[in-house]
Amino acid sequence: MLTSRDLEVGYRTQRETISVSRHISFDLSEGEMGAIVGINGVGKSTLLRTLARVQQELSGSIEVEGTPIDRFRQKDWATKVSVVLTEPLAAKNLSVEQLIGLGRHPYTNWIGMLSRADMMKIQEAIELMELENLKSKKCHELSDGQLQKVLIARALAQDTPVILLDEPTTHLDLYHKVQILKMLQEIAHSKKKTVLYTTHEIDLAIQLCDKILIMEKGQNSFGSPEALIRSNHFDRIFPPDTIRFDPKTASFKIYK
Amino acid sequence: MTENRKYYFPFIALGIILLLSTLLNLGLGSVSIPFDEVMEALIGGGTSKESWSYIIWNYRIPKALTAILVGSSLSLSGLLMQTLFRNPLAGPFVLGISSGASLGAALLIMGTAIWSGWFSYGFLNDVSLAIASSIGSFLVLLIVVLVATRVKDSMALLIIGLMFGSITAAIVTVLSYFTQAEQLQQYIFWSFGTVGNLNWSQLWILAASTLAGTFLSILSLKSLNALLLGEQYAKSMGVQIRKSRYIIIIATGILAGAVTAFAGPIAFIGLAVPHLTRQIFNTTDHKILVPAVLMYGAILLLLCDTLAQLPTSSYVLPINAITSIIGAPVVIWLLIRKKKMIF
Repeated sequence: MLTSRDLEVGYRTQRETISVSRHISFDLSEGEMGAIVGINGVGKSTLLRTLARVQQELSGSIEVEGTPIDRFRQKDWATKVSVVLTEPLAAKNLSVEQLIGLGRHPYTNWIGMLSRADMMKIQEAIELMELENLKSKKCHELSDGQLQKVLIARALAQDTPVILLDEPTTHLDLYHKVQILKMLQEIAHSKKKTVLYTTHEIDLAIQLCDKILIMEKGQNSFGSPEALIRSNHFDRIFPPDTIRFDPKTASFKIYK
Repeated sequence: MTENRKYYFPFIALGIILLLSTLLNLGLGSVSIPFDEVMEALIGGGTSKESWSYIIWNYRIPKALTAILVGSSLSLSGLLMQTLFRNPLAGPFVLGISSGASLGAALLIMGTAIWSGWFSYGFLNDVSLAIASSIGSFLVLLIVVLVATRVKDSMALLIIGLMFGSITAAIVTVLSYFTQAEQLQQYIFWSFGTVGNLNWSQLWILAASTLAGTFLSILSLKSLNALLLGEQYAKSMGVQIRKSRYIIIIATGILAGAVTAFAGPIAFIGLAVPHLTRQIFNTTDHKILVPAVLMYGAILLLLCDTLAQLPTSSYVLPINAITSIIGAPVVIWLLIRKKKMIF
């Protein structure tokens, strides 16, 4: 569904090319949820933005449903991959329903009129994310957790086989982190969508994800959480001076 | 969609107010004409004095139509800029677009004395003035767009707009040392802003540019709505950012440039009307906002113009003074109540 082979991501300016991370290979199938983890600055967001076609890859290939992503026309691309980004909303006076409705953008006519089918997709997304009683609220009236759910609902309304999320659980308390992640897991498994997100909550990702991509300087590893634990990959994510990974509890412990 | 049905009433109300304020604007002027005579002249019947019918058809109707076109164009260009820059304080006047137009006009009007070797004084006419100020506003708009892609800070953009105002003022001061009083006066009067000086042929040009700008905005409705989420989201939803940004910028330039050329730099309407409109139509949907802003802008400028000509007296105040008195408090109110800046 979503594959990358020997991908190199980074920035290209007029003068120089800055490579952030290279040799990234992974393969997520339909109905799988994956997480991208790694230390700050290792290039998680850069990778996600590259997968979302927001920025260009430096080398290597990315394929969605077996087709290289640069083959898609802008309009068709919008029906394949939807995103939830960290950039703040420009218009905070949008109502929840309107914002989710904007997800139907790739399917509506030239003036953006919502058809009956569009309305049904919007309603479905609202029900999935349990937003029924927030429907007519304005976005600036929502808490961080509620807003995140609305943004995910917008991506759901876009009705794409792949959903990419950049740090969907930052700024949330543990309860809401787990709630959002469980919802995403449910979406991946029951709606047969491919969900991939970046995160710092490695222990939650180990418990909830089907696959994990660990990004390190110089090397990236991909696999199921169990396999990665067995091969001691989590131990190498952080420098060894403050915390260590405990394979028995699948979590990080502070050195006493 | 039931969502849109709740806006029927405000739209009908705005329509009625627009009609009433047009009639009010036509009915009041330096010469007092009884209201039934005004109506008579409008229907095409004769008035008891020949001159009344002449005043109404050749002075008051063009003036009312100008006010409608100017108010609509400025307000729409303000709405487009606010969405394009995703900045509630954007508008043709604050961002220096009007200053750019003024600079163009100043260079043409007062510069003719300096480079009279190239241009004869006869070169200065309505068309050249319109072209000069349109070029000025387009240039500033381009600079603002260039800056806006680098600076994300909304306050920085406003300060840049202010700086353009200062630059214009400085150049005008320098130029005024080298010009004759007559040309200086011509420029000063232009800079006061007026909707009363247009003849029918100028009116057609203004109407055409308003129509063109509105047409381009209607084409952009869908991308404008998507832009509310920010450029990256818009792109992920299939919007061709570069293309739609160009269309929106061209629409803004046409709307603000043509108005400033013919009516002078009219302050604050473009900034204030979209916010005032959002108080009635509590929505961000451009399908609702674009027509609402067009109507609201027309009403506000008609009323400002009615006030400016001090009914039944022969004095005419500069319309800029009236719009500033209304507009500046709106900006202050927006800044104080931060929440209202949410758009």
